[in-house]
Amino acid sequence: MLELSRLHRRFAGFQALDDVSLDIAPGEFLALLGPSGSGKTTLLRILAGLDYPDSGSVLRNGDDFLATPARERRIGMVFQHYALFRHLTVIENIAFGLRVRPWRSRPSRSEIRARVDRLLRRVQLDGLGTRYPTQLSGGQRQRVALARALAVEPDMLLLDEPFGALDAQVRVALRRWLRELHEELGLTSIFVTHDQEEALELADRVAVMNKGRIEQVGPPEVIYQQPATPFVCEFIGKVNRFSVRRHAGGFAAAGWMPEGDPWQGRFTEAVAYVRPEQLRLATPSSLPAWQAHLRHIYLAGGVAHLDLHVASLDLALEADVASEDLSRFGLQLGMELRVAPRSVVMFPLDGKGEPLSEERWIWHARSPVPA
Amino acid sequence: MNARKHSRRVAWPRRMVHLILIVLALVFLTLFLLLPLATVFVEAFRQGIGPYLEAIKEPEALSAIQLTLLVAAIAVPMNVVFGVAAAWAMTRFEFRGKALLGAFIDLPFSVSPVVSGLVYVLLFGAQGWFGPWLDHHGIKIIFAVPGLVLATMFVTLPFVARELIPLMQSQGSEEEEAARVLGASGWQMFFRVTLPNIRWALLYGVLLCNARAMGEFGAVSVVSGHIRGLTTTMPLEVEMRYNEYEYVGAFAVASLLALLALVTLAVKTLLEWRYGDEIAAHAPGGH
Repeated sequence: MLELSRLHRRFAGFQALDDVSLDIAPGEFLALLGPSGSGKTTLLRILAGLDYPDSGSVLRNGDDFLATPARERRIGMVFQHYALFRHLTVIENIAFGLRVRPWRSRPSRSEIRARVDRLLRRVQLDGLGTRYPTQLSGGQRQRVALARALAVEPDMLLLDEPFGALDAQVRVALRRWLRELHEELGLTSIFVTHDQEEALELADRVAVMNKGRIEQVGPPEVIYQQPATPFVCEFIGKVNRFSVRRHAGGFAAAGWMPEGDPWQGRFTEAVAYVRPEQLRLATPSSLPAWQAHLRHIYLAGGVAHLDLHVASLDLALEADVASEDLSRFGLQLGMELRVAPRSVVMFPLDGKGEPLSEERWIWHARSPVPA
Repeated sequence: MNARKHSRRVAWPRRMVHLILIVLALVFLTLFLLLPLATVFVEAFRQGIGPYLEAIKEPEALSAIQLTLLVAAIAVPMNVVFGVAAAWAMTRFEFRGKALLGAFIDLPFSVSPVVSGLVYVLLFGAQGWFGPWLDHHGIKIIFAVPGLVLATMFVTLPFVARELIPLMQSQGSEEEEAARVLGASGWQMFFRVTLPNIRWALLYGVLLCNARAMGEFGAVSVVSGHIRGLTTTMPLEVEMRYNEYEYVGAFAVASLLALLALVTLAVKTLLEWRYGDEIAAHAPGGH
């Protein structure tokens, strides 16, 4: 168990970590997700022993992890641009961590050789051991970097944007492979990414970071379905944003009304988020809905993205439907639709117009009728 | 192949421009580089090989050669240490006054060597700031070997650092960080990762530094005192002989210095030819 508590790190004129606390369970696959400058890489570097927080503590099983020198942390790290030693062959790169050990704990030459061979097979690079990093493709370099990190038999694997420099196709293949490897080896893996799709697909838990703070930690489906803050709503997946105002004992936005008021009249305005797939397009006239104009249809394989305009709110909405639904609903450019959200996340605004995350209200339509 | 095929197709006005530029460069090189270099050897051997060897074997010449080698043998390693340390500090750390350090490293390039020599006289000379203290303790710097070493170090200070800084900047510190996470100690990181990555630039810097250290005249001339057989380096010996109308002797010693330049050039070319691939692989952006 790794316990990070109240970490602060400030660089010249820029707060990289602002009161970050996080528990990491052994064997879990954790993603640190956030835009650039959100502090995710700083957090990873602190765990690697390449940087230190200004204040706060990191404990591993109760011991001070920060006081442990980098070489004793039992950590393997894969750098963003792999940082392979360019003057060494693949074999020498992988063996590096074993060869620099003090002679007492250094395996024998033949043992090192055997371990490197095993790793080469594991990362599917047999036969490429005598190549230099410049003679490898991006995906191969990444696997060498991984083998090099695994050679020291770490307890924890840290990966900094592990797929950032790869082609889209290689990326998807490699991340499935990495997930399998993680399960096989039973390591604790922590990876940094700005790609939410990657984080949601790969990780057991995702920590969403913004401006040096952790906005939300949780399993991918919780992060996606129950975003804790407006930032998480907007950063994860696609989302439509609109505002609702107090109206007749509840809240409303141009004719559409979610039932109830959990805030019991304390707030008059809230910011609301609805995901494109949570919009009902052919709402029965018995239910409140918006009149929307279908402006564009973007067909992307199995999914169709609809560009709608709600005149009463002067709001552009994006709705996603399965491609085959286009004909099922007889959707055509220029037609008018009755559109209503099926599920909305709302945050009330305080007196200064700031959204209050702790007062989040997740509303679901009472009787889910199929779209 | 391609280039030749291409040049055949080039229209004649462009071909004329090519030709003019090439001829111009060759004429310039011949007039200002090859001719003077040849003159050195022609003058040195004007009276045959016997007098040439005699001129070199004179005790003053031998002691000048010895002194030059000694000064270089001290100044060059010191500058390697300083150059690597300065390049490391400049490229791996953020600190106040970094820009100032950069400017100071370049200072010897912009200051006249005579001035840098004079500075040492002002500091360590008999009437200088530390002169009386040094005199009291029986330490001689000016008009002695330590002064020569100091002056040489001053003028050659930028060579190693200036070669390394741009390279280390472009290489970044990721590989060094990888080494640290893999458990390397500071020294292991330096000798196994940093040094191999900068070795060619370092060697190049050492070659240039050495050539300058052995050939330096101005700064050394000020602090030397021109005591023959004691504080006279090769360039100073050349000047003294020349002023005494000993042309064969002057050019004989000068030919040795010219030879040094040629050897430096040859070694550099050889390295580039022999390890061309590796040097290219180490060039910025080559990974």
